[in-house]
Amino acid sequence: MSATLATPPAATPAAAPDEPALQARGLRVWYGQSLALKDIDLDIPRHRITALIGPSGCGKSTLLRCFNRMNDLIADARMEGDVRFDGESIAGPKVDAVSLRRRIGMVFQKPNPFPKSIYNNIAWGARINGYRGDMDELVERSLRRAALWDEVKDKIHRSGLDLSGGQQQRLCIARTLAVEPEVILMDEPCSALDPISTARVEDLMDDLKDDYTIVIVTHNMQQARRVSNMTACLMPDVDAVGGHRTGVLVEFSPTDLLFTNPKDPRTEAYITGRIG
Amino acid sequence: MSGGASADHFRPHRRLRTLAGPIFGAACLLATLTGVVVLAVLMLAIVAAALSGGPEAGAFDVGGAARELASLLGRLVSGRQSSDPARAGYHAGVVSSLWLLGLTAAIGIPAGVGAGVFLEEYMPAGRLRRIIQTNIANLAGVPSVVYGILGLALFVRAFGVPGLALGPSLLAGALTLSLLILPTIVITTQEALRTVPPSLRQAALALGATRWQVVSGHVLPAALPGIMTGTILGLSRAIGETAPLLMVGAAGSLLRAPRGPLDRYTALPVEIYNYAKEPDRAFQPVAAGGILILVALLLTMNAVAIVIRNRFRRRR
Amino acid sequence: MPAPPTTLNPTDPPPPADDPWGGQSRASAVAEVVAPVLLALCGLVTVLTTLGILLVLTVQSVQFFLKAQVGVGDFLLGAVLKPEASPPKFGILPLAWGTFLVAFGASCIALPIGLMSAIYLSEYAPRAVRAVLKPALELLAGVPTIVYGYLALLLVTPVLKAVLEPLGFRVDQFNALSACIVVGVMIVPLVSSLSEDVLSAVPLGLREAAYGLGATKFEVSTRVVLPAGLSGVAASFILAVSRAVGETMAVVLAAGTMPQITANPLTSVETMTTYIVQVVGGEASYGSAKYLSLFAVGLALFAITLTLNILSNLVLRRYREVYQ
Repeated sequence: MSATLATPPAATPAAAPDEPALQARGLRVWYGQSLALKDIDLDIPRHRITALIGPSGCGKSTLLRCFNRMNDLIADARMEGDVRFDGESIAGPKVDAVSLRRRIGMVFQKPNPFPKSIYNNIAWGARINGYRGDMDELVERSLRRAALWDEVKDKIHRSGLDLSGGQQQRLCIARTLAVEPEVILMDEPCSALDPISTARVEDLMDDLKDDYTIVIVTHNMQQARRVSNMTACLMPDVDAVGGHRTGVLVEFSPTDLLFTNPKDPRTEAYITGRIG
Repeated sequence: MSGGASADHFRPHRRLRTLAGPIFGAACLLATLTGVVVLAVLMLAIVAAALSGGPEAGAFDVGGAARELASLLGRLVSGRQSSDPARAGYHAGVVSSLWLLGLTAAIGIPAGVGAGVFLEEYMPAGRLRRIIQTNIANLAGVPSVVYGILGLALFVRAFGVPGLALGPSLLAGALTLSLLILPTIVITTQEALRTVPPSLRQAALALGATRWQVVSGHVLPAALPGIMTGTILGLSRAIGETAPLLMVGAAGSLLRAPRGPLDRYTALPVEIYNYAKEPDRAFQPVAAGGILILVALLLTMNAVAIVIRNRFRRRR
Repeated sequence: MPAPPTTLNPTDPPPPADDPWGGQSRASAVAEVVAPVLLALCGLVTVLTTLGILLVLTVQSVQFFLKAQVGVGDFLLGAVLKPEASPPKFGILPLAWGTFLVAFGASCIALPIGLMSAIYLSEYAPRAVRAVLKPALELLAGVPTIVYGYLALLLVTPVLKAVLEPLGFRVDQFNALSACIVVGVMIVPLVSSLSEDVLSAVPLGLREAAYGLGATKFEVSTRVVLPAGLSGVAASFILAVSRAVGETMAVVLAAGTMPQITANPLTSVETMTTYIVQVVGGEASYGSAKYLSLFAVGLALFAITLTLNILSNLVLRRYREVYQ
């Protein structure tokens, strides 16, 4: 991707020449009385992999969960500011978060297949969303796309829980692909996996990025470097009085630039291991 | 299957699905409230029944109704068993039930807590412990009337051995109730002990304490609130039990309240049962009043147990 | 305690006589030995209770079969229970039918209500509401069964009469339906609280996965959480049925004491528990065949509830295995 930057709309540089898939403007997230994320402005480029890195407690998962409104499920979480998906606002009570989540899929930290067969794990999301096509074909297509088909084609009706951890995570990715999302959010998808499984998931992500916009939260800087095109570095701002951690975005650049020539001293401190 | 392009395979039916959710949620809320509503209706009906014997008070004369109820309950607590509904009361039943409460606590709590401590702190994990654990879980599910049969054969009759038989005495009743609540107390004691962090035991052991010093000095005090909750719940269950006491000789009619553990006895719920099955409707206020006394006693015990537990939870 | 090096080197001088450490006292040494023995005895009581129940029930049942000259087959499959007739008939089927009828009817009421209440508490209830409703349900579970029996006499049966008799149905003063209703209401808190434990234990990740795919709360509750917790819910159902089978006082006061096999729930039936209480409270003399029959019925009751409880535990264990 091109490293030349368009004029930045705010402090953050714009990412890609075409319209960004996701945009956050002045985004703040509150958990009850404490501010978890402050004034995030971020443009996620289409059909690229964007990594969110930062020390623990910096709010990178919270930010990720703003994009598909998963924070709605936390009773006292509140979102301020604007988030746009394909230019349309997805913040506010009028937006149907349920429909949104089909178009913006999510893969979680711990593989969480349903206690159902592999087939039904894939078919479940398609069924609740009223899929009209050939289900067998969709299951096979999704599993092939997630590079899992050859390993499971003979045991498609066995429980998804019988698979290894790495296979389970690819099953979860296949399950997400089956509802045909445009964006895939990944919340530390490899942190529970061994190095070999991690490599397979990373290969898969690279393969998927031509068709999907991918946002990945990772605590592993090497992984961010390996897989992502753009990297956003967040830092916790510790409140001197209450000790609350409020996440702020300190730098958003093309990945190779961020890791070789960080502009913000806090980013440099983090990637060289002095923070976190 | 590139993103977005083929989204028209899906007919998400959002309208229908949006509608189903709240309806189902409301139905579930209603189901949850049935219990609470039933309890409210039940108490209202019982209060009304208790008042039905007295002079007709105005429907909205709450103060008058309360005074009348208080005087009825006062009369019932002090009144003796009688075939005259206007004079009948629960004196013998209340005294017997308090005796049973004390004796059952004295027998059942040490035995139950002791067994719980043994299983959790002393017994090595293994096959035998698993068997005993399963056995206790199964005992907790044995119907109370079966405990009554056991008490009848074991304590009241002692299999016909004359010197050992306790006859229909308070002690036989209390022993039966103790066995009945034993599994509850063992299980809650074990659960309470499990919440004590192992680091506390290790800290005490590292100072050179013996096992019993660790258990009695640190583990038991730390687990005490949980154990108390369990024992109070167990005791309140024992006090409300009727069937096993009917089996082990609680008398339907007893003129004199018991004075010692070997006296003949009755119990508040047993007397309520006898008044409740009287066909004469004049006994209705007597039975209803007895239930109010019993429920007040039990709800107080239960509420105390729940308060202890919640306070304990908050502190941790 | 002496410093370790003194014991390591025997040529060192012995520790000074004024060692301030006296070591553990004798009393604590005694406690160390006696306490476990006493505690073990307490543990033994639990085992002895089970053995005692088994022994009493089997020994007395054998006496019953000898005394009454009844074969086990006639007892278990006999359709007539007339202990006073000559020759007396001791068929347990009418009692089994009454027990089944009440347990079945109670389950029809308690299982759906309890399950829905569990779903509400685990999936829908805001934290504050849950904090009030959970203890309220526990209080409800603490109401003694005699109260529910009285409720049947005071409220349920009169209401049934008022509603059904104008429609042309005869409602007996003691009837099975009334017992079904009160026992059903009685076991709702049990189903609700056990099922709620199970549903709350379904991993959060499954809910998140389903929401992430665009599921509504209704779909997450009924199509992910409930199937995932199904065996645990089944275990709580079985336990509730076992409770209904073993319930005594509510049934004694509601269903009456008429041992008959009837499909009409508006007439009186007799359950196993009712029969046991009835025999003890009646005129039967100690050692007579009728008196001894209560032990045989007790054995059958014990066998049924034990089977249900063991089944429930097995099912629950399977549920736990799925999620470690």
